[in-house]
Amino acid sequence: MTSADFSTVLPELVLAIYAMGALMFGVYTGKDKVAPLIAWATAGLFLALALWIGVAGEGERTAFGGLFNDDPFARFAKVTILISASAVLIIGQDYMVRRDMLRFEYPVLMVLSVIGMMVMVSAGDLMSLYMGLELQSLALYVLASVRRDSVKSTEAGLKYFVLGALSSGLLLYGASLTYGFAGTTQFSGILSTLSGEVPLGLLFGLVFMLAGLAFKVSAAPFHMWTPDVYEGSPTPVTAFFATAPKVAAMGLLARLLHDAFGGIPADWSQVLAALAVVSMFLGAVAAIGQKDIKRLMAYSSIAHMGYALMGLASGTAEGVTAMLVYMAIYVTMNVGTFAFILSMERDGRPVTDIATLNMFSKKEPLKALALLVLMFSLAGVPPMVGFFGKFYVLKAAVDAGMTWLALAGAVASVIGAFYYLRIVFFMYFGKENEGVESRMAPAQWAVMVAVAVIMVVGIVNLFGIQPMAAIAAEALVR
Amino acid sequence: MDNLLSIITFIPAVAAAILALFLRGNDAAAQRNAKWLALLATTATFLVSIFVLTGFDPQNTGFQFVEEYDWILGLKYKMGVDGISVLFVMLTTFLMPITIAACWSVETRVKEYMIAFLMLETLMLGVFCALDMVLFYLFFEAGLIPMFLIIGIWGGKDRIYAAFKFFLYTFLGSVLMLVAMIAMYLDAGTTDIPSLLAHNFASDDMVLLGFHIVGGLQTLLWLAFFASFAVKMPMWPVHTWLPDAHVQAPTAGSVVLAAILLKMGGYGFLRFSLPMFPVASDLLAPLVFWMSAIAIVYTSLVALAQQDMKKLIAYSSVAHMGYVTMGIFAANQQGIDGAIFQMLSHGFISGALFLCVGVIYDRMHTRDIDAYGGLVNRMPAYALVFMFFTMANVGLPGTSGFIGEFLTLMGIFQVNTWVAAVATTGVILSAAYALWLYRRVVMGELVKEALKSITDMTRREKAIFAPLIAMTLLLGVYPSLVTDIIGPSVSALVSEHQAALPPKGDTQLAQN
Repeated sequence: MTSADFSTVLPELVLAIYAMGALMFGVYTGKDKVAPLIAWATAGLFLALALWIGVAGEGERTAFGGLFNDDPFARFAKVTILISASAVLIIGQDYMVRRDMLRFEYPVLMVLSVIGMMVMVSAGDLMSLYMGLELQSLALYVLASVRRDSVKSTEAGLKYFVLGALSSGLLLYGASLTYGFAGTTQFSGILSTLSGEVPLGLLFGLVFMLAGLAFKVSAAPFHMWTPDVYEGSPTPVTAFFATAPKVAAMGLLARLLHDAFGGIPADWSQVLAALAVVSMFLGAVAAIGQKDIKRLMAYSSIAHMGYALMGLASGTAEGVTAMLVYMAIYVTMNVGTFAFILSMERDGRPVTDIATLNMFSKKEPLKALALLVLMFSLAGVPPMVGFFGKFYVLKAAVDAGMTWLALAGAVASVIGAFYYLRIVFFMYFGKENEGVESRMAPAQWAVMVAVAVIMVVGIVNLFGIQPMAAIAAEALVR
Repeated sequence: MDNLLSIITFIPAVAAAILALFLRGNDAAAQRNAKWLALLATTATFLVSIFVLTGFDPQNTGFQFVEEYDWILGLKYKMGVDGISVLFVMLTTFLMPITIAACWSVETRVKEYMIAFLMLETLMLGVFCALDMVLFYLFFEAGLIPMFLIIGIWGGKDRIYAAFKFFLYTFLGSVLMLVAMIAMYLDAGTTDIPSLLAHNFASDDMVLLGFHIVGGLQTLLWLAFFASFAVKMPMWPVHTWLPDAHVQAPTAGSVVLAAILLKMGGYGFLRFSLPMFPVASDLLAPLVFWMSAIAIVYTSLVALAQQDMKKLIAYSSVAHMGYVTMGIFAANQQGIDGAIFQMLSHGFISGALFLCVGVIYDRMHTRDIDAYGGLVNRMPAYALVFMFFTMANVGLPGTSGFIGEFLTLMGIFQVNTWVAAVATTGVILSAAYALWLYRRVVMGELVKEALKSITDMTRREKAIFAPLIAMTLLLGVYPSLVTDIIGPSVSALVSEHQAALPPKGDTQLAQN
């Protein structure tokens, strides 16, 4: 353990120390009264770290004997995670303050889970993989039930915890099998044992780990928890679930597959392709009947994970690039959409029923237009940026000789378009009724409109994320 | 004027942005401003587009006014027109001011209505100008959004069903095309349309999932594109979205749909299917011929049975588009000339017919044929205009409708006499339904109580029809105005198509 090791993990260290400090500060001063202060400070810190990692980070370093990697791939994922976490904190505050549920632990728990995510995307060893994953998950379980007096919220937390424990078990079992057959927990070590005949036990280990991680990214058929947890958790927490943890889990998956099992892409790509197809279709079909917008977004995220998995399934650097671009776009769209969902209310009580959006466009033309752009972008209709995400993963899949997968994705996207259109339908064509009110804090409004503008203006050059993602993918796939 | 095409493409979009951002309020003055700004922008677009026509050199069969910039993901922003596309650009810019003027009586959400139409114009022009495959797809698909909103917000009673049907039908066709485009990119290594036109896609037979596929890759790609363009066109049996969409769309929406949006399908066939996959086109041409022939006869018969005027004209559109697909895949000079001519002329005539329906719908708020009769007594000017376009729709010599039908039939006759014979009966049937419609609506005694106080066309309405009448007549008596411009490009297309086919003996086999 040298100082070089510590300088590599400096961003994570800063966050960890900040989390402890904020916890102490909260406990010994005004408790929940200082919560908004902590929340803003956390959001600011996230942004500052994102800037720092994005601008100052360079080269590839490993620390602690290969446990931890710092490379362009990790940095790309970290910047995405940090920015989205920060945006979620910003849009969720007003909602929580007005409903008197902003506890000072909330931002602190978010920091802890973000540390876990940053470790996940940097993991170079099964040990650090599990450490990061559990740190992230435990914090998320608590966040889901942050509203301890609400039955739904505690139910969501418990459900998430029990199923999460099951998936961790699967993952650990897979990791132990892998260790048993490879003789090492280090990714590079596992990779070097893959020459020649691959032991069956190692494949079993891989499949179990894939199952555990599929649970984390909520890919079908490991998605069962998603709609309930999304619906039951307080909306700001749902917004968080839908964004940063998904990026982290996808990043971890990519890292595990390419760093540890890069030698046998044929073995895992078919598993991923199957997961992708099932997720895309299940997400698209099951969302059609939903009346609750949070449940709808849950199924939407399942479908979107299917597309991101399609990128990974192609097993190429281009596929990883496509996945990263897709995730960045997905996270942006979701932040914007949740900024709106957070503002939906009637008589001061939050509502999530889609039908209340009836004729919303007459009441608030600008917000309705922004949501329309977001919905078309989520559906992947050009010229919105969401189309380019889909285009890129389809291209990666065809490139890798998986035309059938691309065709399945194309068909699923048509089915999926239906339920996004339904929201537009309610807003623009519905019958006039009492309907929903949308009360937005300035920050929420700014985030939502900014995201909508990004979705349109992004067609100029996608804000240059594609070359960055390409560099990131190059670092991962050799 | 290096960026002429970009300028005309984006003038409407800029106007739409101005409307969206700066026009406040919803009072009568704001509504009037929105209408005038939209009219101004579309007229300006038309005037600027005249420079394209005057600067266009028909003898040059390559792309002109080309502009090219780097874009994301290795794609290019590339625009340009050739003899095939330039007139579609003109058709769009010519019809849009008329369309805007035709929706002067709209009163609900005028600002949004104008924004939707302006965006639509930008996207339609983009489709005809794009020289990058993905850029084409982008414009092609994005056009669904404003049209979805136009039908859904301002449409009739069952507008929601129609809007969803329209969107999902065409979306499904297009995503298959997208996958085909990606496959083409992988084969040719470029998304640049001129390079793709020069690329030879493999046409060796192949086996896929146990199926023996004649024509190999070309056939698969051709079918994927066909899924998209046939829906857009629309061809029988995937035409069922069109009558629904037409009936529910507001008048101006119907005009744009019939006059311009349908032409994207035909344009797609001419730009992609025919020149890029010549072997597959040749192989599958009989399929297209028979589908077209069935479309012409079947939808004409269906049109006879309609009670709703718009539905009748919609079915007649499907029949007329049958001539177009037939002409395109006849793949000879007359056939393709005729197809393009038919598309342009149908743009004027069907647009005008929907406007004719709109005129009386605005007064009586019904499109039911039985609700009318004897209009000639109260509306002589209207009767005359309607008569003129009914005749043009039938294909009376002297109107542009005749030239298109005649040329396509001549083209198909050289290739497949039987199909030509079946298709010709469509001419008779079209006379039957069109004249019968005219008789029931306009002729006879004026007995219906509600019609006794109906008024004739206003000056604004007459002004809208004047340019359409002029164009229909002009193209009818002086067709070389069009054929001179498209001729060289079409003949280059035809000769390249012939050259790309395997020696004659094989072709004979494929056709039988």
